[in-house]
Amino acid sequence: MNRAEPAAGAPLLELEGVTVRLPVEGSMQAVLQDVSFAIRPGEALGLVGESGSGKSMTARAIDRLLPPGAAVTGRVRFGGRDVMTLSGADLKRFRGEVAMIFQDPRAHTNPVRRIGDFMTEALRTNARVPMDEAARRAVDLLASVGIEDGDRRLRQYPHELSGGLLQRVMIATALLTRPRLLLADEPTTALDVTTQAEVLAILDNLRSELSLAMLFITHNLELAAAICDRTVVMYAGQVVEVRESNRLHDQPLHPYTAALAAARPSIDATAHRLTAIPGRPLSAFEAPAEACAFTARCPYAADVCRERRPALVELDGGLTRCARARELFGRLEVELHA
Amino acid sequence: MSVAAGLATAAWRRYRAGRQRRTSPVLIASAAVIVLATFVAVAGPLLAPYNPDLPDLSQYFVGPTPDHLLGFDAQGRDVLSRLLVGARTSMLGPLAVTLMCMTLGSLLAVTAAWRGGIIDAFISSGLDILFAFPGILLAVLAAAVFGAGLLAPVLALSVAYTPYVARVLRGAALRERAQPYIAALEVQGASSVAICLRHLIPNMLHLIVAQATTLFGYAMVDLAAISFLGLGVQPPSADWGVMVSENQQGIIQGFPIPALAAGVCIVFVVIAFNLLGERLYERGEARR
Amino acid sequence: MGPAESVHLRFFVRRLAMLLVSLLVASFVIFAAIYLAPGNPIAALSGGRSLPPDSLHVLEARYHLDQPFIVQYWYWLSNAFHGNLGISITLRENVSDLIASRISTTAGLVLYSSILIIVIGVGLGILSGFKRGLLDTSTLVITAISASLPAFVAAIVLILVFAVQLQWFPSLGNGVGFIDQVRHLTLPAFALAVSSLAIVARVTRAAIREEARREHVQTAVSRGIPTAELIRRHVLRNAAIPITTISGITVASLIAVAAVVEVVFGLAGLGAYLVQSAQSKDLAVVQGISLLLVTTFVVMNVLVDVLYAVLDPRVSLGSRAQ
Ligand SMILES: Nc1ncnc2c1ncn2[C@@H]1O[C@H](COP(=O)(O)OP(=O)(O)OP(=O)(O)O)[C@@H](O)[C@H]1O
Ligand SMILES: [Mg+2]
Repeated sequence: MNRAEPAAGAPLLELEGVTVRLPVEGSMQAVLQDVSFAIRPGEALGLVGESGSGKSMTARAIDRLLPPGAAVTGRVRFGGRDVMTLSGADLKRFRGEVAMIFQDPRAHTNPVRRIGDFMTEALRTNARVPMDEAARRAVDLLASVGIEDGDRRLRQYPHELSGGLLQRVMIATALLTRPRLLLADEPTTALDVTTQAEVLAILDNLRSELSLAMLFITHNLELAAAICDRTVVMYAGQVVEVRESNRLHDQPLHPYTAALAAARPSIDATAHRLTAIPGRPLSAFEAPAEACAFTARCPYAADVCRERRPALVELDGGLTRCARARELFGRLEVELHA
Repeated sequence: MSVAAGLATAAWRRYRAGRQRRTSPVLIASAAVIVLATFVAVAGPLLAPYNPDLPDLSQYFVGPTPDHLLGFDAQGRDVLSRLLVGARTSMLGPLAVTLMCMTLGSLLAVTAAWRGGIIDAFISSGLDILFAFPGILLAVLAAAVFGAGLLAPVLALSVAYTPYVARVLRGAALRERAQPYIAALEVQGASSVAICLRHLIPNMLHLIVAQATTLFGYAMVDLAAISFLGLGVQPPSADWGVMVSENQQGIIQGFPIPALAAGVCIVFVVIAFNLLGERLYERGEARR
Repeated sequence: MGPAESVHLRFFVRRLAMLLVSLLVASFVIFAAIYLAPGNPIAALSGGRSLPPDSLHVLEARYHLDQPFIVQYWYWLSNAFHGNLGISITLRENVSDLIASRISTTAGLVLYSSILIIVIGVGLGILSGFKRGLLDTSTLVITAISASLPAFVAAIVLILVFAVQLQWFPSLGNGVGFIDQVRHLTLPAFALAVSSLAIVARVTRAAIREEARREHVQTAVSRGIPTAELIRRHVLRNAAIPITTISGITVASLIAVAAVVEVVFGLAGLGAYLVQSAQSKDLAVVQGISLLLVTTFVVMNVLVDVLYAVLDPRVSLGSRAQ
């Protein structure tokens, strides 16, 4: 496969001011606002935020899976190439190099096609790998995600597999085309707690083994911290904080991150959704144009927050979109816990 | 389901609500046609400008005149008067089928869903067997055995349609029965009949009404066909199906208005019921 | 045999058993209805003449009229099974022979209509399912109207336009020779097809839209599967399940409605003969044709169920998932 190798240290994936507008009730509404971040080769980046904050939309914008009628501005670059202008064979190759794992494996597999067909489809149609060769590779990969009787599984239909098993099949399928970037959109949310842990372990191991880059989407700050090197926090379609995962919990830069951390004190509670932040999350198109989107729910909101939308500023090695970031630095975690 | 929470739903609900509040012109038109047809069915004989049954062979297929807006039929009778008077049997037959079918269907469906077990199995397989008879065929059979007329085909169609109604309603009743509030009522000691009458059926009402509306349209098509075949309403009674049959020769002879006019009446009413039924069904689904 | 195949086998066996029970009950209903019909079968056999007592006994014994009801039913059923459906009182001929001479017209009509329904209905549904715009909108409006069009109204409109005014097709009779017969069946076939065709087109369109929206199609897109493959392997393949079901059900229902169309166009088919016999109270004919039509209808419905089970691996032992 001929891959345009980026210069050493250059990001594998780069988003620059990506704004996505969708037609809602006849007018175009923004669901993503000026989203920028980058993923280095082999790096795992977390993407955290409440429901509706635009996490899935971000993944879809990267993979060019936006709903019809979507208007995108800004730039997405993969391996130095502009993703938005790819077409034909280039787009096909791009999609082979970027694999997506979805939240609900049941809905994301065709119920009337066998597992074998599902797994090998891309290899056969795009890479022209013969059926038996593709099947052999599929069985090998199934073994590496802990499914031993791969031959039998290939002949089964999705409804004959449990959710956890099916998600492992999904992971194996995603790896089958030897991608360089994995977009994992809440890959374990639909699974029960024990299966979640198993699937996560498999994903994490394989990822570091193959030194794959990954965008890991989750509601769970702790989970992101456990799996990812850095984490992006989103609110109302905007990036509000980017930070080393291990510092996110103890030294949040944005009041929203602090609130998330406070709402989810322990990794054992992964099965439940965030509920403890008072008020209702805003969608991007409800966010005020001339103020910080979090003001309505922010315990630290002041006049300066309502004057204009704050820019993403650097602080303590991370980025934050808070007008009072400097002033609040170091105080956030303490006060929320009090 | 992650989208169920948060804003995705807020926006979506607003979108749906906006869609539903807008009453579509199709809905208004359908309702208007149905109201008009019902009114004519009730008051037809009073509205008819001429005696609908008085033949005048000198007026054989005479075309429209200012006094006779739709002209005369094959026996020289005023077409408009016959249409107005014929609305009654044309609407009454489907109404009877609908009422009988919905009563029988709901009863069977709720009983099957409520009692479950062997009773459900018995009712369900009985219904499966009834599926063997296409409505028109059963109606022809009934007319052959019990004589032509409205009664036998109406009874036959009621029987033939019941399994279709009952199957859908049984599914809905099972879904409703599984709701926790029903269990709560049972624990509180409410009687089965009371729960069914006061909660289960009212909560299925949107579906029952939607089904009844659609059924009316089907029954109208089939009964008109039976009358057209000479096995339903008997001439010289005015009935839309009979009118198409009586004046069919006019189509070939260059006098299409009498047969077409009756056909158009049937089609308009059936379309109205079908469209209304469809919308009612969609609304019921959206509310769930 | 894999687990899927054995599940299929159980499904088929169960469905076959249901088919037999349905047919048994249906035949019983048909027989009982005629048995209970007012009127004396002897009078019907003798054509109303009064007979001397011994010939009366002979007739009674010959037709088993002296036996209990259930025994008579059994004789009738086993005779029917051997192709003997009794004698028409009006034509004094074997009902089976009368049926045999008319069956090809009805079969031709239903077949012709089915082809129209499947080719035009499914074709139109697929086109408007994939392409939004004028074609889609007009399909939607036209099918909404024609779905409510009774066959006999469609028939007179077709006669008026294509037989009387344009004179493209004949409006009466069967015709001779293959081409001429097809010409004679064209308007009847369209009249019979119109409403079913509209329903099939609408269901097809909805199925295509729904399947194209499924998440698993997104999965395939995200893997770079080419659009043509995507449509064939994921959208059409999956939509084929509801499309087959609705096509099968509507085609089966044509069997009964064909009677109306045959009467309008003066075709010598089974349905028209059934109606004529019902009017003249020729009950042996009514019985025989009803039995044949019900059997065909039930068998076709079972075929639809079987086809459904073959197309949808999720189906286990239930019948059509609604
Ligand atoms: N097809 C669509 N048309 C219009 N708006 C949409 C559409 N899909 C999603 N949205 C909106 O886009 C916003 C972002 O949705 P997105 O699915 O990215 O959220 P998310 O962060 O992934 O949430 P979750 O945790 O629930 O998966 C939401 O406010 C939602 O209302
Ligand atoms: Mg999401």
